[in-house]
Amino acid sequence: MKQSKNHFLLCGLKKAIHGLFQQTNSAALGVSLTVMKFRSRFVLCLVAALAAGCGERPWNDPYPAADNAQNILYSSFEQRPKHLDPAQSYVENEYALIAQIYEPPLQYHYLRRPYTLIPLAARDIPKAVYLDQDNRPLPENATPERIAYSVYDVTIQPGIRYQPHPAFAQDASGTYLYHALTFEQLEDIRTLADFPQQGTRELVAADYVYQIKRLAHPGIHSPIFGLMSEYIVGLKEYGATLSKAAKEPANQPYLDLVRYPLEGAEVIDRYTYRIKLHGKYPQFLYWLAMPFFAPVPHEADRFYSQAGLIERNITLDWYPVGTGPYMLTENNPSQRMVLERNPNFHGETYPAEGEPEDQTRGLLDDAGKPLPFIDKVVYSLEKESIPYWNKFLQGYYDASGISSDSFDQAVRITTQGDAAVSEAMQGSGIRLLTSVGTDISYIGFNMLDPVVGGLSERARKLRQAISIALDYEEFISIFLNGRGIPAQGIVPPGIFGHVEGEAGINPYVYEWVNGRPQRKSLEQARRLLAEAGYPGGRDAETGKPLLLHFDTALSGPDDKAYLDWLRKQFQKLNLQLDIRNTDFNRFQEKMLKGSAQIWQWGWNADYPDPENFMFLLYGPNAKAVKNGENAANYDNPEFNKLFERMKNMDNGPDRQAIINQMMDIARGDAPLLWGLHRKKFGLYHAWYKNAKPNEMANNELKYARIDTAQRSKLRAQWNRPNLTPLFIIMAVLLLSLAPAVLGYLRKERSPAP
Amino acid sequence: MIAYIVRRTLYAIPILIGVNLLTFVLFFVVNSPDDMARAHLGVKRVTQEAIEKWKAERGYDKPLIINEGAAGVGKITGTIFFEKSLALFAFEFGRADDGRSIGGEISARMWPSLAIAVPTLVIGLGVAISFALLLAFFRGSYIDLWGGVTCIIMMSVSGLFYIIGGQYLIGKLWHLVPISGYDAGVYGFKFIALPVVVGVIGGLGSGIRLYRTLFLEELGKDYVRTARAKGLSERRVLFTHVLKNAMIPILTGVVVILPTLFLGSLILESFFGIPGLGSYTIDAIQAQDFAIVRAMVFLGSVLYILGLLLTDISYTLVDPRVRLT
Repeated sequence: MKQSKNHFLLCGLKKAIHGLFQQTNSAALGVSLTVMKFRSRFVLCLVAALAAGCGERPWNDPYPAADNAQNILYSSFEQRPKHLDPAQSYVENEYALIAQIYEPPLQYHYLRRPYTLIPLAARDIPKAVYLDQDNRPLPENATPERIAYSVYDVTIQPGIRYQPHPAFAQDASGTYLYHALTFEQLEDIRTLADFPQQGTRELVAADYVYQIKRLAHPGIHSPIFGLMSEYIVGLKEYGATLSKAAKEPANQPYLDLVRYPLEGAEVIDRYTYRIKLHGKYPQFLYWLAMPFFAPVPHEADRFYSQAGLIERNITLDWYPVGTGPYMLTENNPSQRMVLERNPNFHGETYPAEGEPEDQTRGLLDDAGKPLPFIDKVVYSLEKESIPYWNKFLQGYYDASGISSDSFDQAVRITTQGDAAVSEAMQGSGIRLLTSVGTDISYIGFNMLDPVVGGLSERARKLRQAISIALDYEEFISIFLNGRGIPAQGIVPPGIFGHVEGEAGINPYVYEWVNGRPQRKSLEQARRLLAEAGYPGGRDAETGKPLLLHFDTALSGPDDKAYLDWLRKQFQKLNLQLDIRNTDFNRFQEKMLKGSAQIWQWGWNADYPDPENFMFLLYGPNAKAVKNGENAANYDNPEFNKLFERMKNMDNGPDRQAIINQMMDIARGDAPLLWGLHRKKFGLYHAWYKNAKPNEMANNELKYARIDTAQRSKLRAQWNRPNLTPLFIIMAVLLLSLAPAVLGYLRKERSPAP
Repeated sequence: MIAYIVRRTLYAIPILIGVNLLTFVLFFVVNSPDDMARAHLGVKRVTQEAIEKWKAERGYDKPLIINEGAAGVGKITGTIFFEKSLALFAFEFGRADDGRSIGGEISARMWPSLAIAVPTLVIGLGVAISFALLLAFFRGSYIDLWGGVTCIIMMSVSGLFYIIGGQYLIGKLWHLVPISGYDAGVYGFKFIALPVVVGVIGGLGSGIRLYRTLFLEELGKDYVRTARAKGLSERRVLFTHVLKNAMIPILTGVVVILPTLFLGSLILESFFGIPGLGSYTIDAIQAQDFAIVRAMVFLGSVLYILGLLLTDISYTLVDPRVRLT
């Protein structure tokens, strides 16, 4: 019915335009004729091309006709990924791709909360064996001081195979076809798909060891090499060995890491490898769920090291080789990137258990079914939020975040204060899912600064007073549309160490009133300020007003409102805030030198462990001293000592008690204003199934399912072309010309005076 | 004429060196090689050692413009400026910070840019001339008055408004074409249509005003008076004589921008998701990728100089009185 209606409309249009063209042709006036002819022909061409290009689908469908009603998920990317090499990649938008391709030994359970590690390529979760200085085994409950080494034996599942890839292609004699490409062979090669032969092989333990060695490769610049050098035995020295070896002519262009053993990572048998760490580092298991520890076959490294391929931008950093459910089949980051189902995927099933409410939400409907559900994922480049949002509303993207501009259109706050989708969205079947981010966004004080820094009582009280005055509840309401939770400490909700309720509030800033935290009064803040030696915001000794400096790289028009708001927060205490704007480079430089006074920063969890947040306050990790992540340069010996104890402990009451002590110290010292944890809002169309926000897992695509029939139906319904306004505009233009044309004709026909 | 072209080509060399030096200084006033390394390596867990390694690998560990530590010519040749600039004159653009060939990217991306820029120019020129003729023809009437007012309004409106308005009306409300995206070949027509329409409308106000002025200027000349005295109709005067003579400044004005069409439009490409050279340049600036910025500025300068040269040549073609010596 819909198709015949469209066809009819199109024929009618062509006739109408043809008629219009004929009428115009008969007019006597040249100028009008030229313009009208041109316009008519243009519109005719436009309509004809649209008809040819679009067929029976909506005219504004941005995807090829061949993809219509296919089992494809449509998503977008804003920035081209910089790295797809698992040893280098460390950014969310890169993980969105490579986490679907590479399979580290472990992964996070998709549905369970708190976040739980489960095996992925590994057979089970490896258990640490502790050794003393002489490599003698220690009991499981040995104290960290006695533990010199931790050893993890990881056994992977047999039978896992890599995606089809030319690096594995061999001839009948077992010689690799493309490991020594000739000029002639390279002539027709533009992308990886141009290789006629593909191959595969079984995943083995050596591939994981090879990747660990790659972390030290001098040409790769792995961001975790520095950190892992402190833990993986011999990795630091290994980096130096490789740097030296890379300069030898024999190792050009390919440095074969297999020839260089690494003490801390060795193959035990075909499916087992061993990682040896210095000391006790229980958080290491979380790293085993990140792409840094995914397998890379040495064949791929050798294949991609060929100069002819590098010249053609065919590198491992651009064309990943994995065992995961998807493989990257199109990599055109200036337009689109495409993941397709890996035909060699070893198989995995949808989880059969989750949180209690998952059953009612329909998240267990697919329990036990083989993964992945979707055949293909198309990521289109979408740099601007407005076209992206409009295309989501038209059904051309399956899910979307919500920008501030679109918030009121998308979300309404219920009388109970909860967020829900607006009525218009609800009518379209769009669902809203929210989650609290495993992150923190805070304002910090430079503890090296002579005014706001240091652990003196005067500085501490000044910081506490500012902490009370700066109203984060207001900030969240004004600038984030309520999408945030004021932080009571540095550990976000959902991560061990975070305490809910009265016991978990920051007593220096909040009071527990009527079952909820309430910010202390400004009067208390002013009292603290006076005790700090700044009564009424003036230095008691000099009488001069206290001038503080906020260093920032925020300079856009949207940021001005925020900076004005910030200034007003300080004015509540009669404190003057000088905004020192600079570009991001200079800002980073100031932070590195420790010359910024007050600033804004944030942290996104690598893994769900309090150590990954508490280390932001660990003294030896100071940014200005060691280029670490402790941006406040906070250094309290008592806190440091507790951190060193806490970081190696297993989760339990003892660890919680230490975390509580640490938080008491840090809250009192107030090196940070703690800020907020962001609430993430995601919108999903009715046809998008099994959506559950997971802040730690990046490989969620395999769980998603699309009802393609429903999508096609709704897209067609929402995107019927409307040509009436075009005709109205043309008619108005023509009518406005009519009096002048008639006047001219009259003048031309009238006899000369 | 050949001597003239050779001389102009030689003049271009110091201009290009100057442009290159200016780009270099401006870029490195804002970004140090350390900043570039940090932008490339990310902000999490980046060590100074990794930054030094990155700089050394890409040749950013040398002094910027003068190498005090070197002797003789080495003071100039052993610098980032010299090493990064010399190859440009052989049109070897090298590699971006992500390792991809800049030359390859330029040759791939100039086609989408041209796919938008050429129809926008041709259609825009045709429409602007047609409307300018219409206003000139009805000069002094209400059409001229309201046409002029409309042109001024169109000139006053931001280009961004046309883009967002076009996407809203044509893509979102009327569902006629995709809001954004790109595809090569015939199928790509539906992606190109909207940016071209927006590009044409965006440039129409100023185009019509300019061409109307050119037409009116011609209308005041002696040969027009003579034509009228001979009894030619106003239509004949305008379309046969005035149009032909006014085309000389119009065409020479167009020739100067022809080569720069390759470079695309910065905002248009970004909003419509066109993978052209305009968006390539914007991305490079945001990513602090000096290699791309330098290559694009150099290419822009070369094309602009080429455009000016072509303009001079085109004068000799359309006006036999002009001689290049």
